Amino acid sequence: MVQPLDYLPETPSQTAGPYVHIGCTPNFVGIHGIYAEDLALKPFPAEAPGERITVTGSVIDGTGTVLRDVLVETWQPGADGRFGPGAQGFCRMPSSLETGEWVLETVKPGAVGPNAPYIALWIVARGINIGLQTRMYFEGDDLSSDPLLTRLEHQNRIPTLVAKKTGDGTYRFDIRLQGEGETIFLDM
Amino acid sequence: MTLLPRKRDGHPPAHTPGYKSSVARSPSRALISGPASPTELSGPTFGHELLGKLDNNLVVNFTGQPAIGERIIVHGRVLDEMGRPVPGALVEVWQANAGGRYRHKKDGYLAPLDPNFGGCGRTITADDGSYEFLTVRPGAYPWPNGPNDWRPMHIHFSLFGPSFGQRLITQMYFEGDPLIPRCPIIRTIADPSAIERLVAPLDMNRAMPMDCLAYKFDIVLRGRRQTMFENQMEGM
Ligand SMILES: [Fe+2]
Repeated sequence: MVQPLDYLPETPSQTAGPYVHIGCTPNFVGIHGIYAEDLALKPFPAEAPGERITVTGSVIDGTGTVLRDVLVETWQPGADGRFGPGAQGFCRMPSSLETGEWVLETVKPGAVGPNAPYIALWIVARGINIGLQTRMYFEGDDLSSDPLLTRLEHQNRIPTLVAKKTGDGTYRFDIRLQGEGETIFLDM
Repeated sequence: MTLLPRKRDGHPPAHTPGYKSSVARSPSRALISGPASPTELSGPTFGHELLGKLDNNLVVNFTGQPAIGERIIVHGRVLDEMGRPVPGALVEVWQANAGGRYRHKKDGYLAPLDPNFGGCGRTITADDGSYEFLTVRPGAYPWPNGPNDWRPMHIHFSLFGPSFGQRLITQMYFEGDPLIPRCPIIRTIADPSAIERLVAPLDMNRAMPMDCLAYKFDIVLRGRRQTMFENQMEGM
């Protein structure tokens, strides 16, 4: 016999379900009066330094259908590569109930350590049993020495992690859950 | 500092045909693992100034008038895999009303809305990781999956630890509910002991006489590890 390792197992995940908005963005689904406003509508105050960017995206299932009940959360450093203070750098975006699109208005993140600049994403919805982690890098940045991207076996999948530049300060980032062009999801 | 690797066999896999919505929404390729960077290791923090006085009281936080249903306290502690309390964790909950109906335009169940029940609440854990809600026991409800599938009584929980990589959404079930072993969403978890960790026991020590029953639900987030050797290792 040996001493038991008395660590605790992580609580199992369960799907966020179809009504995740009631808990996470109640005002967005018309439940007013409990919270003055929904959490983290914007990641940074207007006066935060850095290049202002707008990323528009959607989440698409294995049949090519856009999800209209998905919740996307983002976390990033400021333009200087530093995190916070508080919840600054965090944004919570319900996709449009009509189009399924979400829009992130933020500042372009600075690089942290050897990593190319990126925004971390966490995606939950009905049918997703455990939240999906991924990253959004930016077209036009030097990605050639990023520690994650350089060690990927399938280099042809890198574009799934890169937001495409669509204009001055605007980007497009579609997340494919399954099949052709499936986004790289992370376990880190 | 690092996060302990996630032990996936204690979680549902992505593709679980018994829960039909997962079929088209599950990645088919392997997850890519690697060391977390400072972005996944850090995370947003939330202060108590975020909270309104009634945020964790779902019985009255919608209109000020009490919701219909069996009054219950739901409480517990948020810990990490190392067994340490997680203070300052934002805990958000949502649930159906006592009849099993959500306040949501996509929920068309026969059970009526309760004009005094909104269905959400939030709190921030104390220094010892503890949290507490007052709510009504949610009703079970039918849902379109199999021909006659019902969700057991449950409360949805969303949790933030200090690291964004600890982010977790789960559901709490109630001791003794006969719908638990029949639920296709619960059955996405293969390990029976993992399922048990989602079932909150009745806690008569916290029930208030002539007022409400109580259920205790402890939640464990991924562990964060820092060793005294870590900085040396990084310098090597
Ligand atoms: Fe539910």
